[in-house]
Amino acid sequence: MRFALIGQPNCGKSTLFNQVAGYKAETGNFAGTTVNYTESKVRVGGEVIELVDLPGTYSLTGTNPAERETLRYLGSRQVDVIINVIDSTHLSQGLSLSIELLELQHPMVIALNMMDEAAHMGLKIDGAQLEELFGIPVLPLVASKGRGVRKVFLSALAIAKSRKTPKRPSYSLDIEEAIQSLATFLDGKDAYWDAEPLAIKLLEGDEALIAQVATQTPGLISQIQSAQQRLEQIRGQSSVWTISGERHGLAANLAGKVVEQGERKIILRDRLDNLLLHPIWGYFFLGAILFIFFEVIYGLGSALEAPLIGFFNNLDLTLSTLLGSGTLGSEILVGILKGISGGVAIVLPYLLPFLIGLGFLEDVGYLPRVAFLMDALMHRIGLHGKAVVPFILGYGCNVPAVMSTRMLEDRRDRFLAAALATLVPCAARLAVVFGLVAFYLGPRLALGIYVFNLFVIAVTGRLLTSLMPEETPGLILEIPVYRMPTLRNIFFKVWFRAREFVVEAWPILILGSVVLAILNYFQFADIFNVLVRPLTWVMGLPERVGVPLIFGILRKELSLIMLRQALGVTDFADGLTPIQMVTFTVFVVFYIPCLATLAVLKRELGWREMFLIALLTVVIALLAALVARGIGLLVL
Amino acid sequence: MQLIDAGNDEWLRVVNIIGGKGVAHKLRQLGVMPGDCIRIIRHAPLGGPIMIEVGGRVIAIGRGVASHIDVEKSECASL
Repeated sequence: MRFALIGQPNCGKSTLFNQVAGYKAETGNFAGTTVNYTESKVRVGGEVIELVDLPGTYSLTGTNPAERETLRYLGSRQVDVIINVIDSTHLSQGLSLSIELLELQHPMVIALNMMDEAAHMGLKIDGAQLEELFGIPVLPLVASKGRGVRKVFLSALAIAKSRKTPKRPSYSLDIEEAIQSLATFLDGKDAYWDAEPLAIKLLEGDEALIAQVATQTPGLISQIQSAQQRLEQIRGQSSVWTISGERHGLAANLAGKVVEQGERKIILRDRLDNLLLHPIWGYFFLGAILFIFFEVIYGLGSALEAPLIGFFNNLDLTLSTLLGSGTLGSEILVGILKGISGGVAIVLPYLLPFLIGLGFLEDVGYLPRVAFLMDALMHRIGLHGKAVVPFILGYGCNVPAVMSTRMLEDRRDRFLAAALATLVPCAARLAVVFGLVAFYLGPRLALGIYVFNLFVIAVTGRLLTSLMPEETPGLILEIPVYRMPTLRNIFFKVWFRAREFVVEAWPILILGSVVLAILNYFQFADIFNVLVRPLTWVMGLPERVGVPLIFGILRKELSLIMLRQALGVTDFADGLTPIQMVTFTVFVVFYIPCLATLAVLKRELGWREMFLIALLTVVIALLAALVARGIGLLVL
Repeated sequence: MQLIDAGNDEWLRVVNIIGGKGVAHKLRQLGVMPGDCIRIIRHAPLGGPIMIEVGGRVIAIGRGVASHIDVEKSECASL
């Protein structure tokens, strides 16, 4: 049996999903956190069911890939019951999606989420009346606190078993006539869809769906057009507006019946935006928040790195005196130790505070506000503010950043946002910046690298925009209310992401260190070093840096972990001059995104675009490193 | 009058949405349609977006988009 969670963006589907399935779906207080669906097996009333968390969608007529995914999944009829999650704080908006879902004539229940916030806003919602009007179960829910979760699932199970399909609300007579005439034509012609819901979607002019159905149904286009034209003659406006307008009106009408607006308590968070989005103070706070974020990561990270490095260096020494050096076995052992210590001492101390901080900013709901503040500046680099989300996610990891470009409607925007997001220094590269530059040369210089990085991204954006002229319609983005993050959610979120490092990246780091130990032992490393010598020579870096740079394509942390080993030092200061540290770090920050990012670029955009972006990043990295070296020679 | 010319904190009724399919569609999805009541909450500086409230939901809209929305002053207060 399969249950699907469906709702508008940021209504709390993923929070509900994680409540029952454990933290498997990314959550955040902004629209579009879920861009592909997550599945999990859960137990409900003694039965094992397949639970699907679908990307949030405002309506079922999708313009961006994330929305189309939801429609396609529903159209394929694998779902036994739909759990429609609605944000109760704006019920009429959510109900228009519910009406669209009812039109699919699938078994369905409605979960009114965030009832606590609605109550807080003075909204009284009569769920029983809504239940009567729709003829399906309507249940209250506070997913973030786990209240009402059990009842929602038990009720969904009962509905799924009874296979009770809801009746859809009817439209005005003229619209119904158009639907029926098209439905009669479609009857039995499509393998996936029922005729009536399909007819409605086609009348609404869902282009992707029309194209898909038209290939198997000759004469479809002219049928649609004649039905649409008849409707347009009566209403004097396009059938798209007529249908969605009527649905919108119906939803507002229903909401009017079941919602009673009481007195609204104005509290701190309602006033918070007066400060945080203030034309002047807003930018001051943005700068201050990012600065504090940076300082905390550096403060905690370096406080941990120093003693840990010391500890592992001692261990290293003891080990080599015990085993002697020079044998293959001892080299490999040292390699393993370097891989482990690199993860514990250099990566985790910075990664954990960073993930906690990012998780907090995400859950509070500050990120869409950054989009609001930065929109005007983002236009200068050819994107609108919505593309800020991929950028900010990019600081965590480029993979979800590239995936989140799906919420952009335009293909050009997706390419541009993905290309620029790969230039954002992810948590792995953060380890290099902090572990090397901040630790040895001070936090100001590390901050300088971040600022320089933003500058390079802006210049690149400008250049790319002049090659691909703007057709962006502009920003349209929902701004959620501020929410206090729960400790539980932040904990699981950090664990979910840190686990990715521990399980996937760390073994590669250790393996990489071992491979390097073997390469060194047989003196193969020189072959690789010679291959990239032109690059390292131009940048004024030691020849032996070649191998770490090549292996850094697997995982960005690897270039730092292997660097110690390649240089044959435990302390970077013994092997690199300050200028070399900066040049190396700047190059690592920009050049070819890691393997996982390349894979997701290929999947989202295609081979050609992937190679284009990889090539672009190498050119940018080289130029940026040379600029950094030049500045370094002047200043340091 | 266009939405872009309206001031903060006034209730407005959407009269018409002109412009490209993409923009109209996106606005429709977020529940901004002719006949709706909206209120401008604030303007971002430097030609940045405006923030509006519609049906209890807060949305940021770029100036380009806002110039496609015709509004009139109205006493309506949305739910």
